[in-house]
Amino acid sequence: MTPNNPADRPFRLSMLIYDRHYRSLLIQAVVFIAVMLVGWWLVNNTLTNLARMGKTLDFGFLWNRAGYDIPFSLIPYSSNDSHLRAAMVGLTNTLLVSALGCVFATVIGVVVGVLRLSGNWLVARLMTIYVETFRNVPLLLWILVILALFTEVMPAPRDYKPAADGTAKASMILFDSVAPTNRYTAIPRLAVDNDPGSVGLGGFQVDAALLAFGVALLAAWCIRRWLRDRAQLLQDTTGRRPATWWITALLFLVPLLVLSWLFQVHLVRPELKGFNFAGGLNLDNGFVVLLLALSLYTGAFIAEIVRAGVMAVSRGQSEAAAALGLRARLIMGLVVLPQALRVIVPPLISQYLNLTKNSSLAIAVGYPDLRATLGGTTLNQTGREMESMIVMMGIYLAISLVISGVMNVYNARVTLKER
Amino acid sequence: MSELHAETVAFVRDTMLPPALPPARQRGVTLWLRENLFSGPLNTVLTLLGLAAVWFIVSHLWPWFANSVWNASSMAECRAAVAAKAGEDATGACFGVIRERWNQFIYGFYPSALYWRPTIVFGLMLFAVAPVLFSESRGLRWAVLGFAAVASFAAAVAVGIPPRAALITGGVFVLWAALIEYAPRRALVLSLLFPFLAVWLLWGGSVWPVVSALAGFVLGGVVWRLAARLGLGLLAVALGIAATVAWWLWLGPDAAADLHAMLPVALDRVESRSFGGFLLALTIGVSGIVMSLPLGIILALARQSDMPVVKSLAVMFIEFIRGVPLITLLFVASILLNYFLPPGTNFDIILRVIIMVTLFASAYMAEVIRGGLAALPRGQYEAADSLGLDYWKAQRLIILPQALKISIPGIVGTFIGMFKDTTLVTFVGLFDPLKQMADTIRATFEWKGAYWEPYVFTGTIFFIICFAMSRYAMYLEQRLKRDHR
Repeated sequence: MTPNNPADRPFRLSMLIYDRHYRSLLIQAVVFIAVMLVGWWLVNNTLTNLARMGKTLDFGFLWNRAGYDIPFSLIPYSSNDSHLRAAMVGLTNTLLVSALGCVFATVIGVVVGVLRLSGNWLVARLMTIYVETFRNVPLLLWILVILALFTEVMPAPRDYKPAADGTAKASMILFDSVAPTNRYTAIPRLAVDNDPGSVGLGGFQVDAALLAFGVALLAAWCIRRWLRDRAQLLQDTTGRRPATWWITALLFLVPLLVLSWLFQVHLVRPELKGFNFAGGLNLDNGFVVLLLALSLYTGAFIAEIVRAGVMAVSRGQSEAAAALGLRARLIMGLVVLPQALRVIVPPLISQYLNLTKNSSLAIAVGYPDLRATLGGTTLNQTGREMESMIVMMGIYLAISLVISGVMNVYNARVTLKER
Repeated sequence: MSELHAETVAFVRDTMLPPALPPARQRGVTLWLRENLFSGPLNTVLTLLGLAAVWFIVSHLWPWFANSVWNASSMAECRAAVAAKAGEDATGACFGVIRERWNQFIYGFYPSALYWRPTIVFGLMLFAVAPVLFSESRGLRWAVLGFAAVASFAAAVAVGIPPRAALITGGVFVLWAALIEYAPRRALVLSLLFPFLAVWLLWGGSVWPVVSALAGFVLGGVVWRLAARLGLGLLAVALGIAATVAWWLWLGPDAAADLHAMLPVALDRVESRSFGGFLLALTIGVSGIVMSLPLGIILALARQSDMPVVKSLAVMFIEFIRGVPLITLLFVASILLNYFLPPGTNFDIILRVIIMVTLFASAYMAEVIRGGLAALPRGQYEAADSLGLDYWKAQRLIILPQALKISIPGIVGTFIGMFKDTTLVTFVGLFDPLKQMADTIRATFEWKGAYWEPYVFTGTIFFIICFAMSRYAMYLEQRLKRDHR
């Protein structure tokens, strides 16, 4: 037997090939040197090419005046702001459509996934058709089709105006609150009559009403946790669990109602003023189309994930739980869901990641996302392809790494430990 | 015996009553409806909602399809035909645009006299993959081969294949089919040769550069086998790669030029610019699929390896590629790649896109395969070790066959995703069938306003291809199932 500790063996040159330890070191050294050489070659080429074109690698342009308008912006922005600010607008737009898309896609996916498993023949078939058509056709096609639906089929805003005989060509949907038109979609907006103004928080101006709601919800959530822990403690010691659901409901509802009353929060419906809608929120169709297409497309994938997750928990598990005398709710909560979630969550999060990356297809609908601002107008105006692309890819990479980091933490917590 | 008994019992039944039918509610259509559609209040509501949805969709789409017009050479003519057919306000599909421009959706701007070349390549592609994909089912294999031969030959004749080429193609089909039937292992060599043949047929030009590229591979293989026989192990692989690269860089081009001077065998050259439609999508998709699988396996093994340097390099590559959208990578291919290469190099945009798509897919593939590797019980690795197999033998004989089998759904899912993603090349100015080609056709005077018909057409073709791939994955899973017999 050769001793396992490499230090105990005298080194010979042939060990670089025949000894596992040294061979591994040799391979790693060779691979490392090769990769470094290729990297050096690429960097060297880039520098040569940049020098030949009289360019330098300089990120200073980010602080120059952008000089272009962005039609859809969550944070204050004007064409006098810097390119960096424009990129931030793009980033927030990307994050907005991704976050909303994830929420909608999850809702669609869970509902469709469960319905596909239901005993209802018709509904199960319909859901299968939905899932298969959306999964097997490129997302770009769905974006283009929905865009064409909006631009070609939806009425113009003025078609909502009643003609002389009192009938309009188009009417609003969802109890007269939403008006899809061929330029924008008018939806209701929350308005605050008794506006408390805004509070400065470390350089950011935060709406005080929003802050109050946030604090109230956070407090309610903390108290709910405390209540639940206490109930668990009581149950452990006395065997009786006090009812807490109505306290929890009050905890969330009362502050919401009180604050709404205090700030006079109410819903403002869009109304036709002249040839356009006003009062509500006029959402740009690019945004609506992208959001719809992303949610429907990713929803189909999530439906399959949910279905697979539920089917992955074997029947024996719920039967065993029933044999232990657990009630249906507890069987679902303590036995089936935790095991199904172990299967569902990792692919679900990778779908969220896909959705975020797919939001760069905003290019097809003209929605000003990160790619359109930093990787589009800024890139074309300044001619700094290299720098713009580096920053843009870096931002996308950071978003993805954060999301997949969360996933890894979750995975590490729920993995089955094998030996 | 008294007569009493006989008189009190007037009748004794000696046959069974025929079984009565179940009550009407408990049988037939009624029972099925009750069980499957109306089993409770919730299900009833769901069924009604489902019916409403079906009615909504069908009532909107049916007239459009029913009034469709195929014989029209412009949008105006088509609208007139629809109006004549179904009244002034009727809507109708103008599939005339597909009938008139189908060739652009399929071939892009490929010279129409040469349409037969991509058509034959498609048939040959099915010949190349059939023995691999359907190795265990003779019936399916012959069905695919028959379809490939007949369909592509008929299509090639329809688009005007020259007689000499038709003769050669027919001969190749027959010989190849015979080889697949009688010498399946030899036929696999032809499958390996197919990519080179396809490149030559699609792009045309002299045959010798392609042969020279192939010769590089052969040379590398020969050097590797010889060196391995001398017992050089890993060094043999390195030598093989070095030989291939050396041939390509220094000897190959000259040899190709000389051979072309001596024996000019050439087809008409077709520039990459003229590729478009499904020809482009399939070219990019198939090359990406073929190259991303081996690359993905290597990356997955590297990521699972116990060498920290190799592992961290693999992790960095995979996470970087998976972290950025494909569009940004395509933009890198179209605007930045020239920066990374020596000054003055300028290579084909399709090739650049194929490289980027391949890298993109291989990172996803690596993760899928890593999942398969991780799902394999540790006992399998330990068993391989205890048999005394070295790393590559263990991977080849024990680990990978099982890990790949587990990851089939994911692998095919990645393939499908990549094929769908080929449409994104539209944003770097290539003529994909979905957007750029449709936009081009819409930009003409005759077909201004033809929105839905191209989408329906291309969408259907994408659906058929992707759906077929996912069904094949299910078939493969069934075939490879080794447990629960």
